[in-house]
Amino acid sequence: MAVKVSLKVNGKSVSVEVEERTLLVTVIRENLRLTGTHVGCDTAQCGACTVSMNGKAVKSCSILAMQAEGADVMTIEGVAKADGTLHAMQAAFKEHHGLQCGFCTPGMVMNAIDFAKSHPNPSEQEIREALEGNLCRCTGYHNIVKAIGAGAKAMAAGK
Amino acid sequence: MHAFKYHRPASVNDAAALAKGEAKLLAGGQTLVQTMKLRLASPSDIIDLGTIKDLAGIKSDGKSVTVGAMTRHAEVAHSADVKKAIPALAALAGMIGDRQVRAMGTCGGSIANNDPAADYPAAVLALNATITTNKGKYEADKFFKGMFTTALGAGEIITSVSFQVPKRAAYTKFKNPASRFAIVGVFVADFGGSVRVAVTGAGPAVFRQADMEKALGAKFAPESVANIKQKQDGLNSDMHASAEYRAHLVTVMARRAVEAALR
Repeated sequence: MAVKVSLKVNGKSVSVEVEERTLLVTVIRENLRLTGTHVGCDTAQCGACTVSMNGKAVKSCSILAMQAEGADVMTIEGVAKADGTLHAMQAAFKEHHGLQCGFCTPGMVMNAIDFAKSHPNPSEQEIREALEGNLCRCTGYHNIVKAIGAGAKAMAAGK
Repeated sequence: MHAFKYHRPASVNDAAALAKGEAKLLAGGQTLVQTMKLRLASPSDIIDLGTIKDLAGIKSDGKSVTVGAMTRHAEVAHSADVKKAIPALAALAGMIGDRQVRAMGTCGGSIANNDPAADYPAAVLALNATITTNKGKYEADKFFKGMFTTALGAGEIITSVSFQVPKRAAYTKFKNPASRFAIVGVFVADFGGSVRVAVTGAGPAVFRQADMEKALGAKFAPESVANIKQKQDGLNSDMHASAEYRAHLVTVMARRAVEAALR
């Protein structure tokens, strides 16, 4: 049966009609056409579907759309400024070449931004532990870790 | 996943009234949603506990730490009260899954599901917790009944879990490197004279290791458990680890947990 779910996505209030079994990631990708959020494993392991929900990084393939009723969701599309200026974490990924094929990158960035809020100057070990739920099948972790360290510092410096 | 009817009850009583037949309660959904996607579960109704007030929160009174059923793992891991009263419990919550899963997964959901490799059941059993539901209270020793099975009846909903504050405690886990579930996890809690040792991941459900409890009660030191062998009978054996290996890990993890508790 179709039901209505209303939430805020990237600062904009949206309301969609979906089946009750619809996942949050499906609403984001198919109803809202925000395809920057990816579906990798579809089993909550790879983290490519990571979005921010009420300020916390979560896996949108493991959440029913109905659970997000009234929530404030941010996807990778909402991270940069309106004029196109990259977020400090995005800029750090670019600067340190923290991506190869780029498939995992949106999830990596969304998790990294949430992580950096509580870790302004993280150690390499802390970053690697924070990435337990994000897989890069290019195995490009070395530069991802460097990028997150630099991005966290830039965020703390208010860039 | 198969279709279901979704409910958003306003209270625990409303939720309990809906929880009948093939209906399932949804806490954080970090296990249930995936299980439904794989069609290993196909409930007729989903009762979302996420918007019920008063189910989340942490209270600490020196003797016990009470965690509301809908409290997320990340909240327990970062709680100053939990870190002060039972640092081992905060550490355990911080070891579950990954940080995105910890932002959604709940204490009550983990305990009600009673996955053989889940972390929380070890804390519940070792810290002699009391599980409060909408219908009454359970002692930890009477709550876990076997693989994915608890004493909870139909329409019974966990509202909070009270963990007793030990003199010292530690949880050590040998993680499956892919899922971060426990291949073997051991929670050791010293209540000053009496010691409780709970083992998760090794068997079909969490269990207490009586030989180790006795030895540690006499002397709380790593060498007290270093030579105690866990029996292999009835332990899990799968692609990740044989029963023999798990039995070996119980001793190793117990020794490391005692070392960590003494630090």
